Amino acid sequence: MNLLDKFRPLQETRNQLKALGADPFNVVVEKILSPTEAIVNGHRVILAGTNNYLGLTFHPECIEAAVRALREEGCGTTGSRMANGNYADHQALEREFAEFYGLPYGVVFSAGYLANLALLSTLPGADDVILIDADCHASIYDGCKMSAAEVIRFRHNDVADLDKRLRRLKDRARRALVVVEGIYSMFGDRAPLREIVEVKDRYGAFLMVDEAHSLGVLGEQGRGLVEAEGVIERTDFIVGTFSKSLGAIGGYCVSPHQALDTLRYAARPYIFTASSSPAQIASTRVALHLLRDGRELRRRLWDNAERFYDGLKALGCTLGPQLSPVVPVILSEDRGDSLALWKALLERGVYVNLVMPPATPDHRCLLRCSMSAAHTPAQIDRLLDTFAQVFAAHGLTA
Amino acid sequence: MKTYQQVLEELLQTLRTLVPQATEIDEDTELVGSLGLDSMKVMNLLQEVEDHFDVSIPLNVLPDVRTVGDLARKIHQQLQD
Repeated sequence: MNLLDKFRPLQETRNQLKALGADPFNVVVEKILSPTEAIVNGHRVILAGTNNYLGLTFHPECIEAAVRALREEGCGTTGSRMANGNYADHQALEREFAEFYGLPYGVVFSAGYLANLALLSTLPGADDVILIDADCHASIYDGCKMSAAEVIRFRHNDVADLDKRLRRLKDRARRALVVVEGIYSMFGDRAPLREIVEVKDRYGAFLMVDEAHSLGVLGEQGRGLVEAEGVIERTDFIVGTFSKSLGAIGGYCVSPHQALDTLRYAARPYIFTASSSPAQIASTRVALHLLRDGRELRRRLWDNAERFYDGLKALGCTLGPQLSPVVPVILSEDRGDSLALWKALLERGVYVNLVMPPATPDHRCLLRCSMSAAHTPAQIDRLLDTFAQVFAAHGLTA
Repeated sequence: MKTYQQVLEELLQTLRTLVPQATEIDEDTELVGSLGLDSMKVMNLLQEVEDHFDVSIPLNVLPDVRTVGDLARKIHQQLQD
């Protein structure tokens, strides 16, 4: 075996996908037309797998702010926040995120992925413990790998299992960081957050909530599950991304603890990467304002999610456990059948995500769909018609 | 306090229940290779084993756990801590 031999099985799988004329992991958007439409393989498709929950990627005020920043401040910062990339707008956005949550401290990162790496690799040290929900995102697992702390996994959304594992830690529970997500990215279900807060408080542990898929989606002001469950002040670290509801790229963390502000001098994923471009920060500042005042956008998003979820249910599809803008159609373990369905949907003008084991939580393939406030009722009906046609044509049950 | 041999015997019994298709399991059986489990299945199986022994095995130690014997040693160590 030489250095490169381990990639052979992966390359063979890639070649098989190419031979089938369908590569779900390398779809090229030839032209993006709007938050909900694009040209793929020369055809117009409805985008129903892009996490553009509030549809802000084309909002004229976001674009105008980005263009202005691009003209006035240039294409990039060319350096890290610690060196030469710490612009006034980066700091303004940090203040705005902190104010949004009513918390004293906020830090922005160049990506949501980096926010999780920074927090998890830096906060818990060698004698500490991280307890993660089993279905946490890969960025959380990767952050844990970079941490010197002990990492323990608890059963997905199982408060009793978390309680048991904190109990086993005895006095060390006070050195533990519990990590959960507001809405889980694959099945769209929510963490039982109030119960989790009760448990972590009882043991004196700390709590980090990743609101990547719930920012802008849950809560009166769109602050996520922490707002919807009334536990903002009882949560130690709230992280999220600009790349979903805010329609840009970047990440953030807010906290009541001053340690978050100090962390920026110790977190390698903050120190050793270029800061976000002025255009990204400028569009995010406007998007955050729109998100906060976005009750109408959230109403449209949830109406769309309900229309799509109920429609798929009526078709007999097996869906995620809770109504959510993340709508997974759960299939069998057969990768070939699942790929055929995904390909047929795309050929008929519907783009969704195909997710296969081991990336799925329960070893089954799924067609992961996501709704946007920007989808029209007519588009959703067309999505449902296409699902019905494709399932019927392939003689497959969902 | 359980001895390593007692932990191993209990672990073998638990694994035989959890992986019924694997008829031959002993101390040298490889969890991924011989039992045909992928890394996610090993982590899920681990939860059942953890419940049986009332311990939490950190994910950090999994790269060192190749065989049933390796897992028994980690559990034995956890029980002693």
